[in-house]
Amino acid sequence: MVEFIKKIFWVENVTLKITSAVFIVTCVTIFLTLSSTSSSASEESPVVKKQTWVFNGILGYFNKPALRRGYEVYTQVCTSCHGMKFLHYRDLKDLGYSREQIVALAALNEIDDGPNDEGEYYKRPALPSDSFVSPFPNDEAARFANNGALPPDLSLIVARKAAEGGADFIYALMTEYNEIPEGVILQDGLYYNRAFKGQAIAMSPPLSKDIVAFSDGTEATIEQMALDVAQFLAWASDPSLEQRKHIGFRVIIFLIVLLIVAILYKRRVWAQVH
Amino acid sequence: MREPCVSAKSNRLQKITTMEKNEQPIRKTFQNSILAWIDERLPIISIMQREYINYPTPRNVNYFWSFGAIATVMLLVMITTGLVLAMQYTSHTAMAFSSVQRIMRDVNYGWLLRTIHMNGASMFFLAVYIHIYRGMYYGSYKKPRELIWILGVMILLLMMATAFTGYVLPWGQMSYWAATVITNLFSAVPLIGEHIVSFLWGGFSVDNPTLNRFFVLHFLLPFVILGVVLLHVAALHVTGSNNPDGVDVKSKRDTLPFHPYITSKDSLAMLVFAIIYAAIVFYAPNFLNHPDNAIPANPLSTPEHIVPEWYFLPFYAVLRAIPNKLLGVLGLFGGVAILFFLPFLDRSKVRSCRYRPIYRWFLWAFVIDVVFLGWLGGRPAEEPYILWARLGTLYYFGFFLLLVPLVSLFERPSPLPASISEPVLKTADRPRVS
Repeated sequence: MVEFIKKIFWVENVTLKITSAVFIVTCVTIFLTLSSTSSSASEESPVVKKQTWVFNGILGYFNKPALRRGYEVYTQVCTSCHGMKFLHYRDLKDLGYSREQIVALAALNEIDDGPNDEGEYYKRPALPSDSFVSPFPNDEAARFANNGALPPDLSLIVARKAAEGGADFIYALMTEYNEIPEGVILQDGLYYNRAFKGQAIAMSPPLSKDIVAFSDGTEATIEQMALDVAQFLAWASDPSLEQRKHIGFRVIIFLIVLLIVAILYKRRVWAQVH
Repeated sequence: MREPCVSAKSNRLQKITTMEKNEQPIRKTFQNSILAWIDERLPIISIMQREYINYPTPRNVNYFWSFGAIATVMLLVMITTGLVLAMQYTSHTAMAFSSVQRIMRDVNYGWLLRTIHMNGASMFFLAVYIHIYRGMYYGSYKKPRELIWILGVMILLLMMATAFTGYVLPWGQMSYWAATVITNLFSAVPLIGEHIVSFLWGGFSVDNPTLNRFFVLHFLLPFVILGVVLLHVAALHVTGSNNPDGVDVKSKRDTLPFHPYITSKDSLAMLVFAIIYAAIVFYAPNFLNHPDNAIPANPLSTPEHIVPEWYFLPFYAVLRAIPNKLLGVLGLFGGVAILFFLPFLDRSKVRSCRYRPIYRWFLWAFVIDVVFLGWLGGRPAEEPYILWARLGTLYYFGFFLLLVPLVSLFERPSPLPASISEPVLKTADRPRVS
């Protein structure tokens, strides 16, 4: 009995070992492909095309003019419904604004403060140390103003949509608003968007040509605005990206050099006993 | 003047002889007067020298033996980064999420500390899982090393508790719902289940008291782990390391001093590991993270799929495979607890799978099964995944309870080498055949 099992399972031959390993890997691959197709066939999958972003890749960086245009799209369009409560006006220095410009940009927003010396609450212009002013005082007010739908906070939107494509998803969402195809019936207050899961979204198409007047004179096409705001939101979700990638590059180079030294040292030490 | 390196045995002998002669029992061990002064009063330097410089290690250990050292370094990395993060974190349901955002955005190098810590958990588990599998393949759990193995399983359990409590702290959607799902498991305990759950919560739902106690436990447990690691290592240094052939050390020729031989090998392995770790930290910091955890915890909205971190997925698959809630929970905890009994389930005298022609295939199948279960754990709880998870669970427990004891009784091992040095030094020593 044991001999029999041994005959079947015990292979001394290297070729046989490799063959069986290849066999197992093939089985797993076939199995994985089959299972992935069976699960996704049921519903029409969202359309999210990959874009080329300067912040991808091992030395990725943010394009500052694009970030500034993205901030303009945010302040002129998105901010009518969406807040960004984890960002502060001081963070705008990453976009290349000077200290004076940041003070001026912050002061365009009004913020509730108080109590003052007389115990009164009052409004004042925002300072660089304030977080981005939200359009609604609370979620209830936001829902009430938007037919019961809550516009999500955009501070981390690219991170939370990572599975849908991150910045690619934002770009697709902005550009994939379409006429409702025949046979599709949407509820009142919903719009047809091919990038969104289920193709029905409560947000009305936010962008139209020239809705934003870019201060650098760039033509405000829907694609341009979508690209810029997607990059701006990617920065907002992950502001340390540039620093992270630059430090990471040097850390890994350093570790590789150290590894080469370690390999040489190990070989020298073990040469005496091998 | 004696030689600075003193082996354990001669040290003890020396002590006994000095006692017999009724002399001062103070040993002079180092030429450097400061080192000697300390060591005469507290022999930490000679202990370190004995255990980390002279410590005889089997000369045939391979790179799988480096994962113990790697895991130790990971524990220290986690404790150090965690300590600094704890100084900036706020364990309150209203502030936890934003305090983590503050760490990521405003604290100097906070993003670096957090990504090292967050991904460090995954790397720690990776190192420990490889370390455990090394122990299984080369039979490191067998006599006389059973206690080392049992202490190791205790470390694994403590690590799981630490990782789980830590995952709850950022108070994102996955944090909150993971806490809810896992604490609710205890409601399956008959009669007192509900009481246990509200005891764990400190209330009637996962709320501020829960978050607060999880933070306290997450801070405490790593130091408990450190203590058990010290025992694990102390027990190892009593029996000495196992080796890929699984045969006992028979002579001095079988071993090499820990330094520089093993230290040079471990540093190399550690650097390779560090490069992979750095690549994740700097280039894919959220690769292992669930995107839903970027949404603040919301008790009113349940995520579509509640998925634990990858290192829990095989056990999660076992939980979901068993239709009865109580049995499912027992399966989940039993999946880890069964490791405690491995030294007593395996009756084979041969340690290494190199000389166990049948068992090794079942062990490899076990690895594939665990990886398969892990994949299933990340899938939705629907057919055909449930059926597959049941088959996987059957093999998981069947392996420990049937295959391990039976194979060890019936298997005929291949001939073992006479000693560790025999195959290693075969070519060099052949002429001197007696």
